[in-house]
Amino acid sequence: MTGAWTWLTTGANWSGSSGVPARLLEHLWYTFLALAIALVIALPIGAAIGHTGRLTGLVSGLANALRALPTLGLLILLALWGLGTFKGDIALLGPAIAVLAILAIPPILSNTYAGIAAVDPATRDAAEGMGMTGREVLTKVELPVALPLIMSGIRSAFLQVVATATIAAVVSLGGFGRYVIDGNSQQNYAMMVAGAILVAVLAIVGDRILALIGHFVISPGLTGRKVRARATTSDLVVAIEQEGGSAVLEPANRAGGDR
Amino acid sequence: MNWNWLNRNTDQILSWLLAHLWLAALPTLLGLLLALPLGALAFRYRWSYATLITLAGLLYTIPSLALFVVLPGILGTRILNPLNVVVALTLYTVALLVRVVADALDSVPPLVRQSATAMGYRPIRSLITVQLPLAIPVIGAGLRVAAVSNVSLVSVAALLGVPQLGQLFLVGFQLNFYTPIVAGIVLCLLVAAVFDTIILVAVRIATPWTRAVSHR
Repeated sequence: MTGAWTWLTTGANWSGSSGVPARLLEHLWYTFLALAIALVIALPIGAAIGHTGRLTGLVSGLANALRALPTLGLLILLALWGLGTFKGDIALLGPAIAVLAILAIPPILSNTYAGIAAVDPATRDAAEGMGMTGREVLTKVELPVALPLIMSGIRSAFLQVVATATIAAVVSLGGFGRYVIDGNSQQNYAMMVAGAILVAVLAIVGDRILALIGHFVISPGLTGRKVRARATTSDLVVAIEQEGGSAVLEPANRAGGDR
Repeated sequence: MNWNWLNRNTDQILSWLLAHLWLAALPTLLGLLLALPLGALAFRYRWSYATLITLAGLLYTIPSLALFVVLPGILGTRILNPLNVVVALTLYTVALLVRVVADALDSVPPLVRQSATAMGYRPIRSLITVQLPLAIPVIGAGLRVAAVSNVSLVSVAALLGVPQLGQLFLVGFQLNFYTPIVAGIVLCLLVAAVFDTIILVAVRIATPWTRAVSHR
C-alpha cells in the first residue's frame, strides 16, 4: 500500500506516453467512444420499444443474457478475431471498443424503454389531448419524463465500460489497466495497486459528474418534491429484473416508485 | 471447435469449472447472509438507510479488477489467494442486496404489518415470520442478478492467475486458438443458468402462497 503511494507521488510516473495523464486520456477516450456508440444505438431503439410497447420481452431477456456473458471471454474472442482480420491499430482498438459498446447497450436500452413504459398513461393522454403528434409525445413528454431512469442507465453503462476498459489492457490496449496488467507480469505490486486506485477514483469521480449532469438536465418537476407512493412487491421484482445493478445506484429513480 | 483439444484437457477444464462454481456460489451465499441483517437495519432505521445505500453505491462503483488487486494489500493475503475473489464478490453482493432487502421489506403492505401487530407479534418476530417471507420474491430477483454477475466477474480474476474458467480465455489468447475461449464462454453461461434456475426454484418452494391464490 505504501509502495503504491510512493509510485503515485513519483514525478516520473506522471510524464511521457506511459504516464498517468496519457493513460487517463486513453481510458477516457475508449470510454467516450464506447458510450457514444452505445447511445446512438440504444437510445432510439429503447425509445421505439418503450413508445410502441413491442418486443419488451426480447429486450429484457437479451439484457439478462448479456449480464451472464463473461466480459473477459467476449473481449478476447473479438480481439483474436480482430487480429486475424484487420491490420494496424484498428485490429486491436476496433474489437475492444465494440465489446465496450456491446456491454454499454443493455443498461441504456432497458432503462430507456422501462422509463418510457412507466410514463403515466394519463400524462400521455393529456399530451395527445393537447394535439401533440406521436413524435411530439415521445420527444416532449415521454423522453423528458423517462430521463431520470435513462441517466441512471447511462451511469451504469459508464461504470461497466470503465471497468471493462481496464480489463482490455490484457489485449494490449492502453488506459489505466496497463499498470495493473504490466505490474502483474513484472511482479510490481506497487504499480498494480496504483493502477487499481486510479481506476477506482476515475469510476467514482466520473459517476459523480454524471449524477451532477443528471441533476441539471432532469426537469425539476421530476426530482421528487412530491409524495411518492410505496412501491409494491411486484413492482420491485419487475424493476430489478429490468435494471439489474443500476437499481442500486439511484435511490429516487426506481421504476414504479412514482405514480 | 477442436474436440480433440477439449478431450485432452477435460481434467483441467473440470477442475477449473469446479473452482469457478464455488468461487461464484460462496460469495453469493455469504453476501445474502450479510445483506439480510443489514437490509433489515436499513429498513428499520431511516438514518442507517441513507448511510448504507450511499456506501453500497460507492462500493458497487469500484471496478472488479481494482478490488481484486487492492484487497491483498488490505487483508494481508497473497495476490493469488482465492480469498481475495471471495471477499471482493461478497462485498459486491452485499452492496447490491442491502438496498434490495430494505426496499423489499418496505414493500410489504402496512396492513399486513398492522395485522401482525394486532395478533400480538413483537417487531422482531413480525419481521422474521411475516415481512421477510413476503419479501422473498424481491430478494430472489436481486439474488439472481447478483449470482449471474458473480459468475461473469469471477473470470476476471484469471488476469491475476487465480485458477477458474477465466483461464480458458487466457489460454486461447496465448495459443491464438478459439476452442478454449468458446468453451469457457459456454461453461460460464451454463453455470449462470444453473444458479439462476436454482434460485428461481428455491423462491418458488419458499413462497407456496403465491400459487395458492390467483395473482392480485
